[in-house]
Amino acid sequence: MAISEAEPIPTSDVMVRMRGINLIYGENHVLRDLDLEVAPGEKVVIIGPSGSGKTTILRVIMTLARPTSGTVEIDGRHLYHHEKSGDLVAAGEKHIREVRSDISMVFQHFNLFPHMSAIENTMLAPIKVLGLSKEEARQRGADLLKVVGLAAKIDNYPAELSGGQKQRVAIARALAMRPKVMLFDEVTSALDPELVGEVLAVLKDIAQSGTMTMMLVTHEMGFAREAADRVLMFDHGNVLEEGTPEKILHQPEHERTKAFLRAVLAH
Amino acid sequence: MLSGGQLQVLVEGAWFTVQVFLLAAALGTVLSLIFGIAGLSENRVFRGISRVYVEVARGASAIVLVFFAAFAVPIILGIPPQIFAAAVIALGVNMGGYGAEVVRAGIQSVSRGQTEASIALNLTARDRLRHVTLPQAIVVMIPPYGNLSIEVMKGTALVSLVGLADLTGEAQNLRVQRAILADPPTSAAIFGTALIAYFVLSQVIALFFRWLERRVGGSWYKERA
Amino acid sequence: MRVIFAQVSDGWQWDMEYALEILPAIARGLWQTVQATIIGITIGMVLGLVLALLRRSPSRVVSWSTAAVIEFVRGTPLLVQLFFIFFVLPNFGLTLSPFVTLVVGLGLHYGTYTSESYRAGIDNVERGQWEASTALNLPSTTTWTRVILPQAIPTVIPALGNYLVAMFKDAPLGMGIAAGGVLLAAQSAASRSFQPVEPYTVMGLLFLAVSIPAALFVRYLEKRYGYQRG
Repeated sequence: MAISEAEPIPTSDVMVRMRGINLIYGENHVLRDLDLEVAPGEKVVIIGPSGSGKTTILRVIMTLARPTSGTVEIDGRHLYHHEKSGDLVAAGEKHIREVRSDISMVFQHFNLFPHMSAIENTMLAPIKVLGLSKEEARQRGADLLKVVGLAAKIDNYPAELSGGQKQRVAIARALAMRPKVMLFDEVTSALDPELVGEVLAVLKDIAQSGTMTMMLVTHEMGFAREAADRVLMFDHGNVLEEGTPEKILHQPEHERTKAFLRAVLAH
Repeated sequence: MLSGGQLQVLVEGAWFTVQVFLLAAALGTVLSLIFGIAGLSENRVFRGISRVYVEVARGASAIVLVFFAAFAVPIILGIPPQIFAAAVIALGVNMGGYGAEVVRAGIQSVSRGQTEASIALNLTARDRLRHVTLPQAIVVMIPPYGNLSIEVMKGTALVSLVGLADLTGEAQNLRVQRAILADPPTSAAIFGTALIAYFVLSQVIALFFRWLERRVGGSWYKERA
Repeated sequence: MRVIFAQVSDGWQWDMEYALEILPAIARGLWQTVQATIIGITIGMVLGLVLALLRRSPSRVVSWSTAAVIEFVRGTPLLVQLFFIFFVLPNFGLTLSPFVTLVVGLGLHYGTYTSESYRAGIDNVERGQWEASTALNLPSTTTWTRVILPQAIPTVIPALGNYLVAMFKDAPLGMGIAAGGVLLAAQSAASRSFQPVEPYTVMGLLFLAVSIPAALFVRYLEKRYGYQRG
């Protein structure tokens, strides 16, 4: 089964649209007046120094952090608002859940459910949220674990898996929800160097064989070069510059970008 | 040493103690779950009610609650006294105050990442509690809950003060009977045996909870992400 | 809330006059309970330290039998221990008054709890402190009194606060051996007047009026001073 068979068809011409997003946390103006659009099937890599707010973008889309102001649209539908006679009103939990069903996220520290096996991790949400039967969920989970290369480990518990294997289970778990958008928050940063490759291979597979919209915060410039459609350099709460991987990585315009790339690529 | 008949009396008392303990613990566990989870609610009213219950149930001390329930409550409600029920309910309510804090701490010990993963998978809050949070929280709760259970079992001794025939009550009866018996047992024998019986009970409870922790924890408990 | 229930059933109504009449006697009983608690915790704090040191004795016999005693006392009810002290010890020549029995019982029972806290506190003093003392060739007593204990004891204080509050809740058990206290006062009033509601309610309210603020204060102290060292 190819990953592309798992994806639903988008209905709008912009998959993710963030408009005027501000996020103020205490004294910190983490996101400043951010406007961002991601097209369906686009692979966007976000780079930048820590504290720039890049992880927060993903968290705002995944509803793990609420913006202080601004709007977010997923495939044409407002996430935090709904339209009431032409005006935008703050949406309730039910509406947010509905729109959120199109988004999935993979975390830096995996966040697998330790009391469930790999296959059970992938089955829980499809059963409880999508209403799949146990057999259907098990079949889907087994297929996805096979795709990420863990067919032999489906009954193992997270405690028995290496970091790279855990992250691949996390990716399978996210894919099981058939999202339209997948968010990846520094998914290789917590891995030992020799385990990074297996996870990047899965990410490349998703990027190259399907029409999945992907947003990745990462330091892996090699991946950006090979798989990204667009690279965003993020700094001080907003996009500093953006462009194709070739442009940003080899011909950056801003001094900050050049300094950042020098520091990252020095390793 | 104690005669066979006297030992028999203490055994009956011990059985009574076990019954009081199990019933009070059942009630206490239910209350702990309800008020423990309520204490973490986003609803401020639920949180407030939980806080009040915890402070009063703990602050009042078991003995105060038992006497109030046994002697004052029936008059207030206009019903005939029900000492046994009153004692069990009072002990259960008291246990619930402490248990609620154990439940709350256990749930809070589950890492934020689990909550975030559940949100990312679009699970409802109820599904998250049932399938992700509680299974992990329960393993953490077991050791302190075991200690609490032992304290509650020891606490059942005070029902003898309101006239119930538990292990302590029967021991007291034997002591009083010494004056009229031909060959009375020594006080040391009576209370020494009672102490040993309680000690055995507390060790049994301790063993049970150690077994429970191993069983519920299983192999996954070694790593909690 | 209890006063709201005043007119719930036929024939029973809150007797405010009676309640105020017995208030002084019950308050006196509460004071007795408080006194027993204060003396009891003092005994418990000292005994706890002694037990903790005995537990660490190099002699296997001493250390093991101390552990057994601690385990046994902690695993059995305070009330039965009070009965034991009050009824059994006289046969061995030691007759204590009810009040003394109560404070000795409280001190012994909670001494075993506090000994565990002391043990944890002593164990938590870094190895380096011991090693430095050896390097400086300090005699054992000096090491204990000037280096180890001054660092171990402060960590125990929050736990002691909790035990103080817990002891206050156990102290009314003295009623079982007629050792005074708030419960005995309430019970005496109730059996004299056949009106149990007012005495037990007044007892409960007075009790809460002491135990809840005490618990909150201990929690405040914990936040301010506790758990700062490792």
